[in-house]
Amino acid sequence: MSEPLFEVDETGEDVTRADTASSAAELSPAEKAATREEHLKLAEGALVRADDLVAGYVPGVNILRGCDFYLQDGELVGIIGPNGAGKSTLLKTLFGLIPVRSGEVTLRGESITGAPAHRLVSMGVGYVPQNNNVFPSLSIEENMQMGVFLRPKTFKERFDYVIDLFPLLGERRKGKAGALSGGERQMVAMGRALMMDPSVLLLDEPSAGLSPVYQDEVFIRCRRINATGVSIIMVEQNARRCLQICDRGYVLDQGRNAYTDSGRSLMNDPKVIELYLGTLAKAQ
Amino acid sequence: MRDVLLTAIRGIGFGSIYAMLAVGFVVIYKSSRVISFAQPALMLAGAVLVSYLAGPIGFYGAVLVAALAIAALGLGVERATIRPMIGRPVFVIAIITLGLDIAIRVVVNAFIGSDVRNVGDPWGLSAVDVFGLPVQERYIAMVLVLVVTVGALFAFFQYSRYGLAMRAASLDQETAMVQGVSVGAMMALSWAIAGGLAAVAGAFVGAGGGIEQNTWIIALKALPAIIIGGLDSVGGAVIGGLLVGLVESFFATYQGEYLPWLGQNFSLVSPYVLLLVVLLVRPYGIFGTREVERV
Ligand SMILES: Nc1ncnc2c1ncn2[C@@H]1O[C@H](COP(=O)(O)OP(=O)(O)O)[C@@H](O)[C@H]1O
Ligand SMILES: [Mg+2]
Repeated sequence: MSEPLFEVDETGEDVTRADTASSAAELSPAEKAATREEHLKLAEGALVRADDLVAGYVPGVNILRGCDFYLQDGELVGIIGPNGAGKSTLLKTLFGLIPVRSGEVTLRGESITGAPAHRLVSMGVGYVPQNNNVFPSLSIEENMQMGVFLRPKTFKERFDYVIDLFPLLGERRKGKAGALSGGERQMVAMGRALMMDPSVLLLDEPSAGLSPVYQDEVFIRCRRINATGVSIIMVEQNARRCLQICDRGYVLDQGRNAYTDSGRSLMNDPKVIELYLGTLAKAQ
Repeated sequence: MRDVLLTAIRGIGFGSIYAMLAVGFVVIYKSSRVISFAQPALMLAGAVLVSYLAGPIGFYGAVLVAALAIAALGLGVERATIRPMIGRPVFVIAIITLGLDIAIRVVVNAFIGSDVRNVGDPWGLSAVDVFGLPVQERYIAMVLVLVVTVGALFAFFQYSRYGLAMRAASLDQETAMVQGVSVGAMMALSWAIAGGLAAVAGAFVGAGGGIEQNTWIIALKALPAIIIGGLDSVGGAVIGGLLVGLVESFFATYQGEYLPWLGQNFSLVSPYVLLLVVLLVRPYGIFGTREVERV
């Protein structure tokens, strides 16, 4: 018989955290930092924090399976991982779009588990979904008005701020958002999220589908927005680029955080390179 | 010529009523992708309310109160029976609205009784002279009330914050939620708008002839109207409603004379003939967009 194409874990797919923790000696620093004990230590006083999250779409199928996460005030945190790892699901769960089956999400120490989206928006959390995230038949200005739906009085002041970041949105304010290119739409979506003056921004693959020039542009904007005091959680397919600009990164795999460290360290971690950044990972 | 004009005016008059009902269907459809078959009952409930209130507070006051009351009823019905079903297949929700229609009509029928009820409108069948034509006042009133209600609705969608939010939510519910819009509240609002419009339509359906238990059937003429106009277009619903009124009116006047082989009362099915013709040429209705799913 030929060799199996895939190594199959005899115990089934459910390798629990305890198993991995028992062999702590072999863990790389980034792996160790992703264990629950380390998470509990490091997540102290975090702005956004998720503990042991379990969530999913279909009854009986958990997509997030005990995911830990934290974001300190002012950080830009990247989340990378293979397709289907649950990155988008994690963002949606943090934002209350998917019911939490167990675990807890907190914002500034206050539980927001299961809180409706409009409450999170008014608490200063902005979320830019992955695809189709503009209202195509509304004008750019109307898209921006939707951004401050909960605080309409601040429209003018905030729009001026957003135009400062994305001058194009001011120039084309009367144009329909649907007529814009992919990169320009991404600006609309990010600008709209900034209209509420959020303290945390959740970005789901902001560079997806953009030409390389626009991709760079998006990453530079994210750094700039972060520099103005907005903490950012960014999910990215473009893993290397994301790790280059973020303060800290998570590698998510099968609904759990497998590695976490500074962006630079993750990029140099042999296992992360082999599994998620190398040619093998690219081929997936 | 004179007959043609009078036939057209009658068609536009009743067409205005179909248009108001059709707009209600479309507003609900846009918020929830469901056709609410409860519209006929809401129309009848509004008409009955007007028939009871017109005496004490006058016809116009009664129409206003009925519009607000049926809007509130629509709001409550949405909250109690539709909201818990969000995420279920569309046809399940459509069936629920059908049940609602029957339930509401059972209650309303008790207040109608077996006779025709007068809605207390100030016009009856009296006519005014317009350039030598004896135009029934009620038709003029029907057109005016369409212009006022739909004009107000357009202004609401175009210039108000909640109108914008409803447009946004109908384009993309998740992205609207992410802006802090409560999608459920937008659905409730759409039911309130549809209820208010249905109540006003009901009052005017009764103008001239009164209402009876069977009057609800008139609301079904809005169905070909919305399919002709395009399920997701408010402007299309208005055009569709007017077209249905016109076609019906012309068949009523001339079919017996020119197309006698179609039998008696062909005008009743004429809107569906118009519907077939339009769908053959434009499968998504005159103003509809492509992604509309037929229920
Ligand atoms: N709306 C949905 N309904 C059911 N399953 C979903 C839905 N969205 C995503 N999933 C499943 O959840 C898993 C994780 O998806 P996702 O979080 O989008 O991954 P990622 O963003 O990391 O690529 C995938 O297996 C996907 O099939
Ligand atoms: Mg994703």
